[in-house]
Amino acid sequence: MAHDLTRSNRAGWLMALPGAALIAAFIILPFFLAFAFSLTNQRLVSPNPTEYVGFENYRNMLGLAVFTLEPERDADGKAVRGADGEIEYPRLRKFTRGNPDYPNLRNKREWFGWRSGENRVVVLASDVVFMKSLVNTVFFVLVVAPVQAGAALGLALLINQKLRGINLFRAIYFMPVVVSIVVVSLLWKFIYSPGDGLLNNVLSAATFGAFEPRDWLGNTSTAMGAVIAMSIWQGVGFHMVIWLAGLQNISPTLYEVAKIEGSGRWQTFRYVTWPGLRNTAVLILIVITMQAFALFAQINVMTQGGPLDSTQVLVFQAVERGYGKQDISGGSAISVILFLLVLSISILQRVMTRERA
Amino acid sequence: MAAVSSDNRGLRLAVRYAVLTLVAVIFVFPLLFMAMSSLKPDHQLLTDTGSLRAFLPVGDISFDNYGAAFERAPIGVFVLNSVLVTGVTVAFSLLVCSMAAFSFVFLNWRGRDAVFGVLLATFIIPYETIFVPLLLMMSQLPWIGRGGIEVGWLNTYRAQIIPFIADGLSIFLFVQYFKDLPRELIEASRVEGAGWWLIYRRIVMPLSGPVFATAAILKFLFMYNQYLWPLMVVQAEDIRPVMVGLGYFTDQLNVPWGEVMAYLTIITVPVLAFYLSLQRAFISSVASTGVKG
Repeated sequence: MAHDLTRSNRAGWLMALPGAALIAAFIILPFFLAFAFSLTNQRLVSPNPTEYVGFENYRNMLGLAVFTLEPERDADGKAVRGADGEIEYPRLRKFTRGNPDYPNLRNKREWFGWRSGENRVVVLASDVVFMKSLVNTVFFVLVVAPVQAGAALGLALLINQKLRGINLFRAIYFMPVVVSIVVVSLLWKFIYSPGDGLLNNVLSAATFGAFEPRDWLGNTSTAMGAVIAMSIWQGVGFHMVIWLAGLQNISPTLYEVAKIEGSGRWQTFRYVTWPGLRNTAVLILIVITMQAFALFAQINVMTQGGPLDSTQVLVFQAVERGYGKQDISGGSAISVILFLLVLSISILQRVMTRERA
Repeated sequence: MAAVSSDNRGLRLAVRYAVLTLVAVIFVFPLLFMAMSSLKPDHQLLTDTGSLRAFLPVGDISFDNYGAAFERAPIGVFVLNSVLVTGVTVAFSLLVCSMAAFSFVFLNWRGRDAVFGVLLATFIIPYETIFVPLLLMMSQLPWIGRGGIEVGWLNTYRAQIIPFIADGLSIFLFVQYFKDLPRELIEASRVEGAGWWLIYRRIVMPLSGPVFATAAILKFLFMYNQYLWPLMVVQAEDIRPVMVGLGYFTDQLNVPWGEVMAYLTIITVPVLAFYLSLQRAFISSVASTGVKG
């Protein structure tokens, strides 16, 4: 009887339709279009018809080759050295530009290389900027996910005390979350200013002048770190709140038992708190990973991918192509790669945490 | 003996508050700096970074930066656009997503579980991975306007609104909440002959205040803070939202920092005030995204 009461095909469809149709049209359809466009030469506006090009977009971005350069040798077979005593190598261009003997090197450029005996090993990439953005994005995620999750847990434990006024502190820690990442990026860009910038001044005051001011965003060795620090500052309150919800779901009787058993603070955390947080941990890692892969505003506002591509990231590249150069197919290919990365890391996190449970 | 232990407790308490306060300072100082700097002329703003004056309303204090900012950019228009786009999206989203969730929870129809499963799966698609193909769609979708059928959604409000009305997370939040409502109430109303729309409107909606607040807050934050998408689809000044309007200040050769701080304060303080007045609701909204399955 109850079953018949709730059976209603027409009403059911009608009420679900607007939501389902909108999601189908504006999330699912573009999702599949990204895959389709990435196999074509689709542009935003083009006089020519779109053509199927297979995996060319992917090859143009992911193409890699390793090549060993042998030194130039004189008549005795000794390596030629330049005026500065460094071994001289033939120009890479000889192999990559229209050389029929090395088809796999065609149009590739040097990404990085190292010395091996007298030889020089060079890794070439079809698209060096893309490869850098891929590596930077993965680096960003690998640092941000554990650090931000850990910091958020620390804050959650700090805020989970019974103290007067604790709600005020919770409200303050969460505050940056409601502020736009664009606003936060611009503020931090100012804070990171070189020379007399706020951060430089704070650090030199804290070390009584021992700290050398630096150009945080203008230096390849600090730019990414600066972006990471401000990203965590902005996002950590969000995950603190999720941890907190997890903490408050743990039954108080477990803590009472631990107390009666005389367990110390660390033991209580290790054997009561942490096991109770496992599901929360998986969720938080997946959420942070997804958010971290989407890194864009910070880069666009603070560094534009510089200096020397040290903060190039995938979404920034996808936008630069798909929107900036109106190359929809190239931007779509990057989007697909990004999605596959997000998906595989989410699955990995889920599998790893499930096995341990 | 007793005195020693109470001293000890007092000290411990002091240490706890000191740690909490130190952490609070880390989260507050950039925002405090923003608000204070917006009141200072550029030359003072830049030299004040050398001392604690950076966080105090001292020196040559005035609202001149605000006046100059309003002269440089049509800030009123930007704010109005953001309010319009955000408000309309939130309103439609609440209606559309709660209706869909209602149908998934209380009604039985063929294909229901499959459709729900697919919608949930869209969870893992970050918006950033669909923006490029969505941009192409925007350039080619038709629309029925005043002059009949026209092509193209670029440079419109609808491009900023319609794609973001429905999403898997919102529907999921409603579903989780509706599941806990007393089913007998709905079935009893059916027996008495109430239609589904009436049940949704008169029984479920009035019982679901908290989840509507949660979904509204999350959508509001997402929409008001959107940046990448309006950057891609909006070129015209008269429909630009606040985050994109920032370009008026930062694309200058000599960035007028005082005006920038004033603009940042204008677009941030209302949201912060809104947050602080509804602090519990905001925080429990985020917390509820974590209570899964």
